Amino acid sequence: MGNVPSAVKHCLSYQQLLREHLWIGDSVAGALDPAQETSQLSGLPEFVKIVEVGPRDGLQNEKVIVPTDIKIEFINRLSQTGLSVIEVTSFVSSRWVPQMADHTEVMKGIHQYPGVRYPVLTPNLQGFHHAVAAGATEISVFGAASESFSKKNINCSIEESMGKFEEVVKSARHMNIPARGYVSCALGCPYEGSITPQKVTEVSKRLYGMGCYEISLGDTIGVGTPGSMKRMLESVMKEIPPGALAVHCHDTYGQALANILTALQVVWFVFQMGINVVDSAVSGLGGCPYAKGASGNVATEDLIYMLNGLGLNTGVNLYKVMEAGDFICKAVNKTTNSKVAQASFNA
Amino acid sequence: MAAMRKALPRRLVGLASLRAVSTSSMGTLPKRVKIVEVGPRDGLQNEKNIVSTPVKIKLIDMLSEAGLSVIETTSFVSPKWVPQMGDHTEVLKGIQKFPGINYPVLTPNLKGFEAAVAAGAKEVVIFGAASELFTKKNINCSIEESFQRFDAILKAAQSANISVRGYVSCALGCPYEGKISPAKVAEVTKKFYSMGCYEISLGDTIGVGTPGIMKDMLSAVMQEVPLAALAVHCHDTYGQALANTLMALQMGVSVVDSSVAGLGGCPYAQGASGNLATEDLVYMLEGLGIHTYHSCLSMLMFSLVLRAYHDLPHPLTCFSKGVNLQKLLEAGNFICQALNRKTSSKVAQATCKL
Repeated sequence: MGNVPSAVKHCLSYQQLLREHLWIGDSVAGALDPAQETSQLSGLPEFVKIVEVGPRDGLQNEKVIVPTDIKIEFINRLSQTGLSVIEVTSFVSSRWVPQMADHTEVMKGIHQYPGVRYPVLTPNLQGFHHAVAAGATEISVFGAASESFSKKNINCSIEESMGKFEEVVKSARHMNIPARGYVSCALGCPYEGSITPQKVTEVSKRLYGMGCYEISLGDTIGVGTPGSMKRMLESVMKEIPPGALAVHCHDTYGQALANILTALQVVWFVFQMGINVVDSAVSGLGGCPYAKGASGNVATEDLIYMLNGLGLNTGVNLYKVMEAGDFICKAVNKTTNSKVAQASFNA
Repeated sequence: MAAMRKALPRRLVGLASLRAVSTSSMGTLPKRVKIVEVGPRDGLQNEKNIVSTPVKIKLIDMLSEAGLSVIETTSFVSPKWVPQMGDHTEVLKGIQKFPGINYPVLTPNLKGFEAAVAAGAKEVVIFGAASELFTKKNINCSIEESFQRFDAILKAAQSANISVRGYVSCALGCPYEGKISPAKVAEVTKKFYSMGCYEISLGDTIGVGTPGIMKDMLSAVMQEVPLAALAVHCHDTYGQALANTLMALQMGVSVVDSSVAGLGGCPYAQGASGNLATEDLVYMLEGLGIHTYHSCLSMLMFSLVLRAYHDLPHPLTCFSKGVNLQKLLEAGNFICQALNRKTSSKVAQATCKL
């Protein structure tokens, strides 16, 4: 930046900037700006599915307990943005996660829009049954690639946890309910430090083998960098088709978008495609229980901005996501972690 | 068009275009990256609170001790335009000049250049743009007229054996014109290079760029100017800076500008963040196994000198360490306290115990 007179401000209005630099599509079939088409990086997927985890992973790590009606309003607003998957809540004991204590009320209270899926976390069979009773039509189970993390988080070894998840996933399959698997600590563990790609592959394969339709590989403490992301994915993609994989990057060390870009670029030579499912949280909600003061999930707004700029289709309306983000930040009385929102709402 | 593309199986769409940025190209990252620390100039320039001269000097000294090899010190511009840089002469004269570290200063015109040289500058920076409107609003002339002004500086610099670095603003977008064509960026960059700039930093001034646009811009510029003479300067206004920088590294660029603590805001988007944070950049480079120093020789000499004067480990240990993230964090913490603001670096936020 040069010597800019301080009087120069707001040269491009926020609206104009979004029009010029972002593609705001209302639907998957929306036409691409020809200029953006030519700038699209080849070797990237055409469509990227965003899994919005703000209401669950995001809020779970926020200190302020959000009232049930606010959660419901928040999820309803997200449902109108074009997002096709919104992780709603977690059927976990309120003793462990007070923020998710109202899981049944939230699940029953939200408006389930056609074309949108609303998965919920179910750590065990009891949680699964409650979830189904409350109307859940998709569930998630949460494993880890680290023994120590598994022990501290759910008080059992990886092997024992797989046993529990198998019960849940089998029951889900009987009822025709899709199950998604998470693998935490895919790029590092707060207790063990570095985690081998082979371990991540082993756990992912177990979850996939028991019937999870998709495995989300989570950089739980955000320590990963593009090199470690690439190595981990190359290992996992030897065993699991890339179409069944997702990445879930935390932005604790500011690496999330660089890691996501890498994930999109990692190409499986046989299938000529890579990862095309990315988890994110509106406003970058959530902190990190392992690094006080640190930020949490990658912000959905910033992710959409990058994907739009790459000419990739997401089907999501960035304006509406920013509005939902603004709503929840006011409700939890915090500043957004999304840079796009910071740049846009104050303009 | 969109409907047609939907009909094509994914595999054919992928195969049809051969400009794939696949895993094989990710293996060609540079082995070492030179970081140009712009916090004391670009960073502070865009901070509301005026920082005292001793604080600026201390910041720069701390950055020198952190092992950065280039630290943009100040700007020889009229304080009427940029009050924060009003003490340019005192700062340049007051800092400790570590051997092996360059301390370039901005010189918008010949007068500034002469004042900079009188104050001891050994390297200067000139600032152009790939946008006519931005040039007009920023320095009140056309791009062509700006070249004439810069030519005078370059000629004087050549006579005085002073290196000149060039900046091209608005490389990925302009706050007035919107989209900027890669060809225009290439044209301006080529002109700077042919005039004698040893390095040209391509700036995403308002942070609107995304990796695809960065790739297109660099592809055009690389056809006109050698890769080794290029640098990128990404602003994080929309959170894209590190991803854009990664793309530049994948293209072979090995010089990256950044600012400690992600200092600076954006005069074009109130409330927005500014530069890419050096700490976050160093974190990524270290994770990628990329060394963060410029030339083996300068670093080795630097460490030999340090060893002579201080009780230090063997030079080769210093030689291999590059930028010291811990010391960088301390410098960032220092300046944020002085500015009474929070750091914009995520690494700093994560490592600071509340």
